Amino acid sequence: MSTMTINLKVWRQKNQNAQGSFQDYTLSDVSEHMSFLEMLDVLNEQLIKEDKDPVEFDYDCREGICGSCNMVINGRAHGPKRLTAACQLHMRNYSDGDTIVIEPPRAAAFPVIKDLVVDRSAFDRIIEAGGYVSVKTGAAPEANLIPVEQHTSNVAFDYATCIGCGACVAACPNSSASLFTGAKLAHLNSLPQGQPERKLRTLAMVEQMEKEGFGDCSNYAECEAVCPVGISIAAIAEMRKDYVKASFS
Amino acid sequence: MPNLLQAATSQVGRKILTGLTGIFLVLFIIFHLGGNLAIFGEADAMNRYSLMLHDFGPLLWLARIGLLVVFVIHAWIGISIWFRKRKARPQKYEVYSSKGGPSKQSLSSRSMAFTGVVLLVFVVFHINTFALGDMDTVLIDGREAADVKSLVIDTFQSPVYAFSYAFVMLLLGTHLGHGVWSAFTSLGLTGKKASAMMYTIGGIMAIVLAIGFLFIPLYIYFGGGCEAALIQCA
Repeated sequence: MSTMTINLKVWRQKNQNAQGSFQDYTLSDVSEHMSFLEMLDVLNEQLIKEDKDPVEFDYDCREGICGSCNMVINGRAHGPKRLTAACQLHMRNYSDGDTIVIEPPRAAAFPVIKDLVVDRSAFDRIIEAGGYVSVKTGAAPEANLIPVEQHTSNVAFDYATCIGCGACVAACPNSSASLFTGAKLAHLNSLPQGQPERKLRTLAMVEQMEKEGFGDCSNYAECEAVCPVGISIAAIAEMRKDYVKASFS
Repeated sequence: MPNLLQAATSQVGRKILTGLTGIFLVLFIIFHLGGNLAIFGEADAMNRYSLMLHDFGPLLWLARIGLLVVFVIHAWIGISIWFRKRKARPQKYEVYSSKGGPSKQSLSSRSMAFTGVVLLVFVVFHINTFALGDMDTVLIDGREAADVKSLVIDTFQSPVYAFSYAFVMLLLGTHLGHGVWSAFTSLGLTGKKASAMMYTIGGIMAIVLAIGFLFIPLYIYFGGGCEAALIQCA
């Protein structure tokens, strides 16, 4: 098993109001089989042994499903590999002696809580504004009670795969949340269950996105390039079409 | 129904307006290039064309005002996007790079604000030079008409004018390289094939329009104006 020495330049920031800065660390004996987060675990173990504050970073599933681990690695959200969350990135993508710069996603709407952890509740508030369908609660309804065409179901599912990691915002030169909002809208707006609230949902979520201080979309499509689940910017086009329909009727 | 003004000034509304006004401006410059190419026609073709436009009278003014409004909206939104972008990311990245693949980050897309502002300043100078400049009059079918052609030929004898004009036209091409595709995308173009095709068409349009516009001043400058083979002077 080959091991390597990795130089890290990590953003350290005590809290939201503190002035952050980069700290350099060197890790020897990094296995190529480690995931990126396991490599950070090793760093933290080393820091704890030295009685220093470990690097705070978000994670939950470590299976590429939850989207918690979004961090900016050498200038790219989730690191160099496409369709891969940072937790699914492995150290075999790096070579002995490499220097890796790790930063939190940078956006005014995502304030840093500590080190690499940012507050992404702006996304929650966009969802609260309309990213749901109102249904009668009770026993689960029969699955095929509302017929959904296969094609529609596939399209809705593609958009529903958004895990809300915020890589789109992190990578967008304008810090726009259009891909996230577009994906959530396109998911619900394409299904029959989403129709009654379609207009209100579209207007409210777009308004909330702006209120949170995300930037405008300039069609850079960088969001699609970094999205770990590969959501297309077609979601943004769908949002625009729905927005026009909602505004004129 | 929401307030239409509110809808138009929302984040999504602004983008749609940028696309609509952008497409309108591209149509205008195609039309404008057609007029410019009249310089290679018969000796009085360009001045005849100018006289024909002036004969529209109030309609011409209506078109001018419409064009100004469209231009101001396009520029205003573009500049405001740039300011919002700075506000939306106060702390810049230490390292930033594109992930490639479907990304449309390029010199063209990243320089939209810069090329746009240069074009805005250029248009002011351009109108001052060619629309408000001192022109002699010529007789066309017994009627007095402005001698636009001589003004154009005289102006581009100056290397400063000819080269700065040509340079700005390169920036126009750079702006359109992302702009044409982006406008259609803002208006709801989806589909991988259609989008890829539009990106190619936009690129070709950018190159053709830039070459079309910058060829004329450089040809006049290097060809020596009325001495040039393709230009007939009265």
